[in-house]
Amino acid sequence: MAIFDDELIALRERILKLGCMVENAIRDSVRSLVERDSELAGEVIKRDHLINALEVGIDEECVRLIALRQPMARDLRLITTAMKITTDLERMGDLAVNIAERAIELNEEPQLKPFVNIPKMAEISQKMVRDALDAFVKGCSVLPYEVIKRDDEVDDLTVKNFEELLALMIQNPGIIPLAVKRTYVAKYLERIADHATNIAEMIIYMCKGKMIRHMEIP
Amino acid sequence: MVENKNIFEIRDFNIYYVDFKAVSNITLDIEAYRITAIIGPSGCGKSTLLRSLNRMNDLITTSRVEGKVFFKGIDIYHRDTDVIELRKRVGMVFQKPNPFPSSVYENVAYGPRIRGINKKSLLDEIVENALIRADLWKEVKDKVHESGMSLSGGQMQRLCIARSLAQEPEVLLFDEPTSALDPISTANIENLLQELQKTITIVIVTHNMQQAARISNYTAFMYLGELIEFGDTDTIFVNPHHKLTEEYITGRFG
Repeated sequence: MAIFDDELIALRERILKLGCMVENAIRDSVRSLVERDSELAGEVIKRDHLINALEVGIDEECVRLIALRQPMARDLRLITTAMKITTDLERMGDLAVNIAERAIELNEEPQLKPFVNIPKMAEISQKMVRDALDAFVKGCSVLPYEVIKRDDEVDDLTVKNFEELLALMIQNPGIIPLAVKRTYVAKYLERIADHATNIAEMIIYMCKGKMIRHMEIP
Repeated sequence: MVENKNIFEIRDFNIYYVDFKAVSNITLDIEAYRITAIIGPSGCGKSTLLRSLNRMNDLITTSRVEGKVFFKGIDIYHRDTDVIELRKRVGMVFQKPNPFPSSVYENVAYGPRIRGINKKSLLDEIVENALIRADLWKEVKDKVHESGMSLSGGQMQRLCIARSLAQEPEVLLFDEPTSALDPISTANIENLLQELQKTITIVIVTHNMQQAARISNYTAFMYLGELIEFGDTDTIFVNPHHKLTEEYITGRFG
């Protein structure tokens, strides 16, 4: 089974690489917005095909391992988890592209107000991705549970961000087109945190063999 | 009273070969009309345990047992137990197909004849039925009087199953029934076992873990004579609880 063990190590490394690329995409897309750097936003959009290609590659490798190695028990759970979390990671990459697209549009216009909530949300969701993937590599610990809990912080910030912008829109309807785009960005980050939560839930399955999706965590 | 769904109840059961303890302190229930697979590395005692269920192990003169095995509530190691009757009700099929050196027909008719059935029309019916149930009839109906030894390996194994079925057993014990067969014959036997499970209880010892995963409802994992883990086949292969089981089924043993 030495070959299979090496293959599983390589699979883990590829997932980590994908995670890194996604983390970078989230960070750069938000930076391109906050620092009004449309060139950086363009790079995020341009780099997305690399994320897509790696996702497809990982999926193909998982199918190959299932066919040729007939994995059982924890190996089986590792591979099925890998297949599911790459889908979540790839979707996060797409959402980073959406943020970058909104950044390019918003950068064309005068700045409405400095960004406060969105950088916070980006920081939390990036950390969620990193911790979820750390748990994927190191095995089970409290990490995935913490990731799941932190999703609430991002949800709260989404609401807060919306309420603040809504107040501004009521005062000055002229800013609605810009403000709506900023609520979109918050929504994208909120979705990114949801995907990170999915990953954390799958990691708990991988470690414990128990599905906790759609259940309340005590 | 609720009918007991367990056809076998094995309780604190030990089997020794002289001083060597081959099966150690096993307590296990075998549910009726289900397929129970016993897996484990060579020498773990799984075949010994299987053979003890119809007292085939008695034929090894150095073996002795402690503890109890109940078949439908009857203590099969009690001195009053009719072993011949037991082996009729609990049949066995072995690793290598072992038809008698006689015709297909005579192989299947052998048991019923010994039981005193001699009427040709009745024997014809028993033979045909057993061959149909063993999914062999279509292939041999025009050559039932040819030698059983002239069949292919997979057909011979199904002939052995038909020979057992002619005794109308309630349980069939299989000791690695497909390890000498090619993948197509193996698939045929596996399909057959799932069909037979509707009318009889099956216990199968197999080295082929995928086979246990494919066909069994319950899986028992044995190691060094002990029962390490027993449970739903789904649980054993997706999320086993015991580290030894995990290591064995993921191929990282030792």
